[in-house]
Amino acid sequence: MGRLSRAAWLYMAAVLTAAAVLLACSIYLHRRLDLGVSRWILILLVLAILFLVCDSTPTTLTSRQSAWSASSSATLAAVVMLGPLGAALVGVTSLLSMRRGLYVAQRAFNAAMYTLSAFAAGQTYLTLGGTVGVPQKSSFPGIIAPFAAAAAVHVVVNHGLLSGMLLLLPPPESARRARLGVHLPLLLVSDLGFATLGLLIAALWSLVSIFAAVLVLIPLFVARWAIGQFAAQERAYDATMAALCQAVETKDFYTRGHSERVSRGAAMLARQVGMHAERVEAIRYAGMLHDVGKLGVPTKVLQKTGPLSEEELAAIQLHPMRGLEIVRQIGFLEEALAGIMHHHERVDGKGYPLGLAGDEIPEFARVIAVADAFDSMTSTRSYRGARRIDEAIAELRKWSGTQFDPVLVDAFVRALDREGWDRPDTTVVPPGFAGGMSAQDHDDPTAPLRVVESR
Amino acid sequence: MDPGQLLLLAAAGMLLVAAVAQTAALGLTQPRDAVAFGALIAFGELLRLSLPGDREAAPIGSAGGLGYALVLQIGFVPARQPAMQVIAVTAVGMTVGALPHLAAGRPAGVAGMASRLLAVAFVAFVFRPLSGLAMLSMHVWVALTVMAGLVVAGWFAECLIRALIRADALRARFRVALVDEIRVQWQLGAAVGASAMLIALAADEMGLVALAILIAPLLVTQVAFRRYAGIRSTYLQTVRALARVTEVGGYVEDGHSHRVGRLAVAVGRELGMNEPDLLELEYAALMHDIGQLSLPDPIPGGATVLVSPEDQRRIAELGASVIEQAGVLDRVAEIVRCQDRPWRSTGSGSTGSGSTGSGSTGPGSTGPGSTGPGSTGPGSTGPGSTGPGPPVGSRIIRAANAFDDLVGGSTDRDRTTAALERLRLDTATQYDPGVVEALSKVAGRRHPARM
Repeated sequence: MGRLSRAAWLYMAAVLTAAAVLLACSIYLHRRLDLGVSRWILILLVLAILFLVCDSTPTTLTSRQSAWSASSSATLAAVVMLGPLGAALVGVTSLLSMRRGLYVAQRAFNAAMYTLSAFAAGQTYLTLGGTVGVPQKSSFPGIIAPFAAAAAVHVVVNHGLLSGMLLLLPPPESARRARLGVHLPLLLVSDLGFATLGLLIAALWSLVSIFAAVLVLIPLFVARWAIGQFAAQERAYDATMAALCQAVETKDFYTRGHSERVSRGAAMLARQVGMHAERVEAIRYAGMLHDVGKLGVPTKVLQKTGPLSEEELAAIQLHPMRGLEIVRQIGFLEEALAGIMHHHERVDGKGYPLGLAGDEIPEFARVIAVADAFDSMTSTRSYRGARRIDEAIAELRKWSGTQFDPVLVDAFVRALDREGWDRPDTTVVPPGFAGGMSAQDHDDPTAPLRVVESR
Repeated sequence: MDPGQLLLLAAAGMLLVAAVAQTAALGLTQPRDAVAFGALIAFGELLRLSLPGDREAAPIGSAGGLGYALVLQIGFVPARQPAMQVIAVTAVGMTVGALPHLAAGRPAGVAGMASRLLAVAFVAFVFRPLSGLAMLSMHVWVALTVMAGLVVAGWFAECLIRALIRADALRARFRVALVDEIRVQWQLGAAVGASAMLIALAADEMGLVALAILIAPLLVTQVAFRRYAGIRSTYLQTVRALARVTEVGGYVEDGHSHRVGRLAVAVGRELGMNEPDLLELEYAALMHDIGQLSLPDPIPGGATVLVSPEDQRRIAELGASVIEQAGVLDRVAEIVRCQDRPWRSTGSGSTGSGSTGSGSTGPGSTGPGSTGPGSTGPGSTGPGSTGPGPPVGSRIIRAANAFDDLVGGSTDRDRTTAALERLRLDTATQYDPGVVEALSKVAGRRHPARM
């Protein structure tokens, strides 16, 4: 946590102070309770326990920091039954969360965040004419509109405070944030669901009291289970895909890790040009799989040192089509397939397989082309050492407008500035290496494939 | 269509006709509520959900139907609909919700609808006559207990029906199919049941607004399940697709991985493996040749059964290490690693098959070879096969791979018989007799159907 920037610390201190002041003021001002004190405290206790149970077993989405939980249903039930102060107090219990691996500062920030959003929701509910207390038969449907507004405010304040914090975190976190963006629709839908559950807990309280919470919790936990399964499956899927792509690469020592780096580079560039999170995800997979068709190229062609014959060149130039053939049956976005098929087209129309030019080339393909060439240049090849980043950038600029899309080249350079680039560090081929190594690289713009002059 | 499915459809159809006829004759009681619940059910049917293993569910529709069967009061007015009306409303709602699917060219999913309808019908038949009892409306705890018991029973009945149909269609064992069904359905079933009870309880105070509100949490569950099922199927598609790189690279014959995958799963099912194990088996079967990618050049001919044992060993090892890289498929890697191991290491064959010790020398041993499996099969393929020898998945892949190497994509009956004969000859040491027997059943089933 020591690597937090000054701004992040200031931000955190501001949120904490605001929460503390708000809490103190409202306790001081809160003179009259609508319910009997003992009943009020009983409900508070039950909801606080519910909150803690939900908060302590969150579902992780890709990283521990961005875990999220269903605790908002407890908070919103408190908004209806206990008012702003009770809701804020339920939020404070986040301090006691039993989630492992939380820093003290994280705990404090979470608690402050929940306190502020719960209080804001409670105030909204009151202002719009919602009655605080255990809902009676006459309360419906009158309290639904104020409750919906309160739930919306809760979501907005909560996500607002959280994204403020994420924005101030160092780069690895911001990359995670981008992946979190993929899940955002799911998060919003689930927030809606959890909010309704909160209303239900309140509504059923007069009927079956504590049992309401239990009954309401079941669908909630099932949803969480499914989301957890989804996240686990997604991680497993990524790992499996990476392993299989690596297996394809073992044929050639020098291109190890190429797919994974191109995948990262393409995703970085896609984010830089502001692609929607779902498309970034698709281009990640497309980048991973872009060279899968290379396996159809005979090894002796890949490893040939001399100039290639026309047939051999044709064999190499067929690999995007072979790749498409393999990948086609995966239920990907159509765009990802186009990206794989056209990643060797050139802006001036001299690429392959179709010789498309300019905007005819799908955007995915143009993005992958830049990342592909850049990784090739910054990696070691049998005929040359790895280029430095700035040399590779200069090369990209040189071919910008003929081979690459100039807009994308500029964006890629900016993205490199911001996020940096991990060059592969393997430079020496181990003596006993069994696989082959290619003598020429079809991805390298600075060393085009040499072809025998046809007579 | 399978006889089991036909029976189910006939039962559901008769019920539907009877329910609609009776409701039409008596007229709808409390039509406003009926329309609201019918709309909810139709909406749920519209948002059908596919679950892992080619299953379908309509959680919102089911919750709506069960809720309508269980509701005691709607907005302080006692709900008086008879069981037949519940069934008629559910059936009509489902049909209306299924129409857009038909219009979009998707399968109607009649069997799924029928089993959902029967579950609702079961709960309605038991609960509707009780709903007038004062005891239920006076003591909420009694009502809750009865409702919970009925919901669980109805859910179990639905699982039973689905398992029957599935066992019939896929030729799986009924008991295995039932356990699989329960494993896949219980989470969603719990959510649906809890939601149905919530609808029934909350409708009293909130009136029909309860329906609109209660959709939201189930919608979340549904969205989460949809994504989960989506990534599961993308996963399988990807492994299927990437397994083909060995074919594109010229390492194996075209379609080999897929055929071995299908065959292995069919054999595994025949041997009573459950779904999670079958999924691992399918992954392993699809990727069993992936180790060949690490060889500098394709082995001439490509067929693994004909290459030297050392090469087979290497391919299995390399394949396993590729799969281990993923870090999440260790059991699949283990299956791939052991795929080249003989069923029984030579010299340790001390059991009753002593007479087949000379099996590899002459055709005379085919007699005992083909009768032996009957007794050794079940014992050697038990679920927890951690005893000596390779895991059952490896044994299946070994046999399926050899079979496909010998037969290829051909559907010629003589070739199939010859290949099976050859595998049987080697059941003393090389191939598990139980697996070979199951394989011949599977192969025998496929050919008549195709001709």
